[in-house]
Amino acid sequence: MTTEFAVRASGVGKTFPTKAGDVVALTEVELTVSAGEFVSLIGPSGCGKSTLLRLIADLDSATTGELEIFGKPAAKARIDQDYGIAFQQAGLLPWRTVGGNIALPLELHGMAKPARAKRVADLAELVGLTDFIDRYPDQLSGGMQQRVAIARSLAEQPRLLLMDEPFGALDEMTREYLQGELTRIAKETGAAVVFVTHSIPEAVFLSDRVVVMSPRPGRITEIVTTDLGEVRDETLRESPEYFTRVTAVREALHGAPVERANER
Amino acid sequence: MSSATYDAPVRGWVRFAAPVVVGLLMIGVWILVVDVLDAAPRALPSPIAIVEEFILRFGIIWEDMMITATNALTGLLVGSIVAIVLAALAATFRPIDGMLAPLVASIAVVPIVALTPILNTMFGASSQFGRLSVAAIAAFVPVFVNVLRGLRQTRPVHRDLLRASAATSMQTFRVLTLPTALPYLLTGLRIASSIAVIAALVAEYFGGPADGIGTAIATYAKSGRASLAFAYVAGGIAIGLALFLVMSLLERAVSRRKPV
Repeated sequence: MTTEFAVRASGVGKTFPTKAGDVVALTEVELTVSAGEFVSLIGPSGCGKSTLLRLIADLDSATTGELEIFGKPAAKARIDQDYGIAFQQAGLLPWRTVGGNIALPLELHGMAKPARAKRVADLAELVGLTDFIDRYPDQLSGGMQQRVAIARSLAEQPRLLLMDEPFGALDEMTREYLQGELTRIAKETGAAVVFVTHSIPEAVFLSDRVVVMSPRPGRITEIVTTDLGEVRDETLRESPEYFTRVTAVREALHGAPVERANER
Repeated sequence: MSSATYDAPVRGWVRFAAPVVVGLLMIGVWILVVDVLDAAPRALPSPIAIVEEFILRFGIIWEDMMITATNALTGLLVGSIVAIVLAALAATFRPIDGMLAPLVASIAVVPIVALTPILNTMFGASSQFGRLSVAAIAAFVPVFVNVLRGLRQTRPVHRDLLRASAATSMQTFRVLTLPTALPYLLTGLRIASSIAVIAALVAEYFGGPADGIGTAIATYAKSGRASLAFAYVAGGIAIGLALFLVMSLLERAVSRRKPV
């Protein structure tokens, strides 16, 4: 058996037609994500990182190129529920409880009630919300809502997790905590993750590889391999290797080495 | 404990008592002007006389109340069902929306009550159908407008989520579109319920069978029995209030959860 690819994009491009003419959101994307790999997409606004994620999720369709998810076309992978997705907004249904929100995908795919309840309980435990299963979203903090969204995205045990700035609206403390949780969950489930962010430290902390993108037109400019090993904990945030990688990604983003006063 | 939890029961109590006090004060002034000072015109009876009439003639008032209430309720029901169906069609198919928009706008600006003499003549003096259709048309507009708005309130993130979850369009409607629109539907129904009662009652002033609250008010006001006419007005208020209350409770039960 050859190495399985979670995502394989070749020559992928996306053009949005507007009144003022076509806008090229994404062009010539070549990217493979292996099974179980954690890949971040980073870049300034308009670099097409969210667009790329939406193409992978089949929420939009690519204008050019080929996109395969586990060897299938994106639309087929969506119908087969090969991926789970979380957005910047938690996107919980306010009239459903935490449990009801986590259960939504299972309910839509016709899982029987007892099995569903069991799965929901497991997922709530995974994200540490067992005591909140009967609460409504408006009774939760932003970080807790986002954990519900992550639990929901994991409901169908996907081999691929797509995340569009899921921690973007959270405060720094919650953010770092959830980053730690996410690496743990990703390892426990063995899922590949494609993670869109605009935070360099976040991308480096989480990822095996950081895909650096740039705008006008949106494209991949560099891919930085982090090589920070399996364990991602708080000590990593203060290690020299971590800072080296942050610098590498920053330089890739700015397109030139950043010269600092104390490094002449 | 914080001061907010301490204050809450007091504020709740004041909120309940304030309108009661205002109401009692107004009735007090009314009694003072009519009964004590004897300074009111003959057409304005004392509240005590009105209550007496209401209790004494409750049998016939109740009968007429039921007629007007039935007209209003049937009108509300029919108007709402038509409004919901048309709003669903308009939300689903753009061309239908384009066709309906000017029609609804014109219905909204026509004083519906003005149509009553025509409708009454059309369906005959012994039929309630004219009144009923006036109530239905009046109820139609707020329900249609609100439901159509409600059906368009689904958020992009929720739509993306359901598409990503491979939901069918029926599932999306049941799980997302309908629950999103429900509070809007109930707002529409609450507004329509008052309008339907007013329309059904006022329609009685313009002919049709010789029954109903409106007919009775007109008859007794003209024949100088002011306190009985006012007792009927109280009956009309009771119908509107009852419907409004039911709708408000329904609305509250449904829209407890605000979007996050």
